[in-house]
Order: sequence, then structure tokens, then C-alpha cells
Amino acid sequence: MNRYADIASVRELVRPDRIHRDVYLDPAVFDLEMNHLWRNAWVYVGHDSQVPSPGDYYSAQIGREPVIMVRGNDSRVRVLPNRCAHKGTRLVSAQQGKCQGGLLRCPYHGWIYRLDGTLRSVPLKGGYSEAAQAEALHGIGELTSHNYRGFVFVRLAAQGIGFQEFFGDSLTSIDNMVDRSPQGRLEVAGAALRYLHDCNWKMYVENLNDAMHPMVAHESSAGTAKRLWDSAAPAAGSPKPMVIEQFTPFVNDYDFFEKMGVRVYPNGHSYTGVNFSIHSKYSSVSEYERRMFESYGEERAKAILAEARHNTVYYPSLTIKGAIQTIRVARPLAVDKTVIESWTFRLVGAPDEMLARTATYARLINAPTSMVGHDDLHCYRAIQEGLSSANCDWVSLHRNFSAAEADAVGGTYGATNEAPMRGQYRAWIDLMTRSEGAVA
Amino acid sequence: MTSAIEFVYHEARLIDEKRFDEWHELFADDALYWMPLTRDQPIGEAHTSLFYEDKLLLKVRIERLRHPNAFSQQQPSFCQHVLQRPTVESGDADAGPCVLRTPFLYVEAQLDQQLILAGTAYHHLQGDARGWKIQMKKIELLNREAALPSIQLLL
Repeated sequence: MNRYADIASVRELVRPDRIHRDVYLDPAVFDLEMNHLWRNAWVYVGHDSQVPSPGDYYSAQIGREPVIMVRGNDSRVRVLPNRCAHKGTRLVSAQQGKCQGGLLRCPYHGWIYRLDGTLRSVPLKGGYSEAAQAEALHGIGELTSHNYRGFVFVRLAAQGIGFQEFFGDSLTSIDNMVDRSPQGRLEVAGAALRYLHDCNWKMYVENLNDAMHPMVAHESSAGTAKRLWDSAAPAAGSPKPMVIEQFTPFVNDYDFFEKMGVRVYPNGHSYTGVNFSIHSKYSSVSEYERRMFESYGEERAKAILAEARHNTVYYPSLTIKGAIQTIRVARPLAVDKTVIESWTFRLVGAPDEMLARTATYARLINAPTSMVGHDDLHCYRAIQEGLSSANCDWVSLHRNFSAAEADAVGGTYGATNEAPMRGQYRAWIDLMTRSEGAVA
Repeated sequence: MTSAIEFVYHEARLIDEKRFDEWHELFADDALYWMPLTRDQPIGEAHTSLFYEDKLLLKVRIERLRHPNAFSQQQPSFCQHVLQRPTVESGDADAGPCVLRTPFLYVEAQLDQQLILAGTAYHHLQGDARGWKIQMKKIELLNREAALPSIQLLL
């Protein structure tokens, strides 16, 4: 029997300081997430630099729905359902490509759409009555999307919360990432690392602002890197290799992680690294700083670069590291299967050294071959399996819990506080039940 | 000196037998162990890779595998290379330098999980009186666009 046939029943799964294990384990809850949460939220699709010219498209799956991000002949980037209005055939199947002749043509019966989703032509159209034409031939439609400084989001639900209202001031993390380009522009630097996680998507998202795990989970990788470098006794003043500089802060102590601070916003968003982060002490690249000073003036450039946020979670799908120009995108496939895509970005106008730093970080930390990633995923899998124990139904979110925080519009805390996770579950309930009573 | 082809078989065997210190010694001091992410990816770090490791980073990897708190390896992984016979693509396979191409299957097992990957390895070798050294090992994975699970050992 499905205990979660009624959407209202999911309210029982979340308490202010704990969550029921079924949020990670039950396929019925996952179905509800796909049908409600991932439709009501603003979900990241892609970056507009992936579709630089009219007719360029990138295909993605949002929740369970295949979509196309395409640049129209008017240069606007739109998000369309990747589904022919006729039989439902996926219109494009490649990850990315170019629409021939600036049109989308179904590979099955040749229905042709313009890049705004309207129908252009159907073979032997005379076979359809006027009523059928009015009803079925209106095209595939355009989904509700928003392009924020190059980052394209979609809200699958036709009605719902607005983009600005949903993200609010958390957008300052994207601002800082974009502002780090001397020209105020980012470009995706090639293909994404795609890491298959056999765990629930929320374990990954929760981990991004979990400041209590790095020194434990990453002792074997970052700790070994630190030990090897220290024991090599490098000559005074010899530069630290980039990989050592990137690895070693992962094993900083609890005090460091506590003091970096976490900012929690409404709707599940948050970022760690309010005061400083593991990225703050990277050696500076003088040519890059020069170009930043030139573009923004010294004072403004210094302010941009001083902001070195750790991870920002744009709940539920997008997590970014503006300070190192990487993003990770959660694409849930099943209750215990998630793809984590890691994209790297070029700061337009910055020297190549900055991209090398980004590419190195993504590979060291986020790749399927990452020594750091292996231990993170190991822990997520261990939760997925450990929670099968019927010994206890509840998962703890107690650390630094305060009953007052639920009423606050957000707050800043020591970063080891579990407030970000509690905030995510308040958003979870809200996004799951928002469309309650609405026509599906 | 053993032939370059024998050396390639030997190198895979050292990984499969987890003789990682001996394996590490096969690399020249400025060696590169590289698994690109995309097709026709130029060498360098203008694009991220699956592996792009110098000797220091390979050493970190080996040491981590032995670390008691390498949690993902408390249940250890084992691997097996199945190599097609290497072909000499260029250079002198008796005295070096030379480049060899080796299509392979790679199996990585951990308790009930088993991962099978296919690819092609390119060994850029230097030879001297003491034997062969790897200047670069480049691994082109067949399914490099795929969402891949953890790959925990070395190809």
C-alpha cells in the first residue's frame, strides 16, 4: 500500500529538527518530488553560453521532463518541452547541437516547429479538421524560464512563485561569480564531468553546506596531500603546487569551518563562506588582478575578489562555487540514483591561468575519478543503506537547532549549524504541497 | 632492456597486483598521467580531464589507497586489465623514445559491484640503459561522455 498516495501525507515526514527516512528511501515520495517539488521550483537548465548562436540547442532533463534550451532567431534563449505535439516523440536527442534551418523538425512524421515552440507546418495538414488544428496544432509551447546573468532556469509549473521571489538575495552568489570576469561575462568551458551517484539527490545537496564532514571524510585524500607536501620539506619560498593549495584546506580544523559562517535564505537556499572559505588563500594571479582593477577600479575589484564564498545552494538543483568558477547540478534519476554534473567556466577577459585553476579544482574534487568525491559518495551510499535499518525512522537535523529560526526570513550562523538543512526541508514541504488542490 | 611492448604489459600487471610503489617508479619525474574528458582534447588544462596527474598527485593517490580512513576503500576494490597487443605508433621500440597504442578492457570490482570500461592507452616512453620510463600515459575512455560511477583504481 502506498502510504503517500495523498500529497498531504508528506507533511508527516518533516519535523523542525528531524526528517523521516522515507524522504530518501521511498520511491513513492520520489514520484511526488518529481510531480510537485521539481515542477514548482525554479530548476537550473544550463548556461546561455552553451547556445551562443540562433538555432543552437542544449537538451536536459528537468525532474522527469525532457526539455530543450534553444536560442531563437531573435537571440532570446527559451526553454521548450522536448516533445512533439503529435505523438510525443523527443524532438532532439543529441545533448547539444544546431537546429537545421533554424527550425525543429520531428524525426518521426516531420512536424516542424519554430524556435519559439510554435508550429510552422505539418505534412498533409488537410487531414486535420479546423477544430483539431486549433486544439492539437498549437505547437509545443514555451516553458516559463528566466535567464539570470547567463544562468537559465525553468519552472515547469505554469503558475507559481516568481523567479526573484524564489531566489531573493541568494542571487548575490551568481553576481559575484559573474563579476569575477573582467568583462562581467562567463562562458562554459567545454563538457561537464558527469558523476553517477547511487544515492538520493538530497544527500548531495545537503552535503554542500555541511561543514562538519570535510575533516573526517577527506582525511585520507586532503590529509595525505598535506602530509606529503609538508614532509617533502620544500625550500622556503618555493611555490605550493596548485593541487596542494586546493586540497589542504579540506582538512582545516573545526574552528575554521565554524567561523567561515553560513547564510540561510528562504526557499531552501544558503551559502557557506560568509567570512572566508577554503578558497580565500589561493595565491593571486597578478595579471588577472591587474585586469580586474582596470575594469572595475581597485576598490570595487578588491571587494569582488574578497568575497570567496564556499558553496551556494540554489535549491533544489544548482550548487555553485563562484570563487573557483565551477557549478554542480543535481539531476535526480530515481530515489537512489542521481547524476551530478560539474561544469567549469571561463572568466571572459581573464588570463588562461584562471581557467586552469577551475579545471584543476573540478577534476580534483568533483570527477568520478576524484579521491575526494569517492569518500563523499561512499558516505551518501552508506546513508542510503544504513537508513534501511528499521531501528529508527528519523534522521537528525538537531545541531544548533532553534525553534525561532523557522519564522525568520533567513539568518547568518556559525557554519557548522545544520540550519541550511532545516531550511531545505521547510522549502521541501512548501514546494511539495504548493500545488495541493490545483489542477494537475 | 625488455621490449617496449613487454613494458606495457608489465605496467598493467603492476596496477592489477597493486604494486603501486613499483608502478610509480615507472614514471619519469616530469611524467603526466592523463585521461581526457572529451574527444580530440588538446593537452593542457584549458579543459578539465578525468585524470591529469603528475608524479606528486599519483603519489597522493597511492598513499590514500593505503590510508586506514580511505572510507571508500575499506571494502577494497580490485582491478584487471585485459590488453590487446600494443602497436608501435612511432619512434624506436628498442631504444626509445616511442609511442605505443594499446586498446584495453578494464574491470574494477568491489564486493558485489563490477564496472567494465573500454578504452585505448597511449604510452609515450623514453628508454635508457636503466630501462623504460613513462613520459606520458594517455587513456582515452570509450564512454567518456557517460555519467560514470566512481572509478577508484588506476587504468
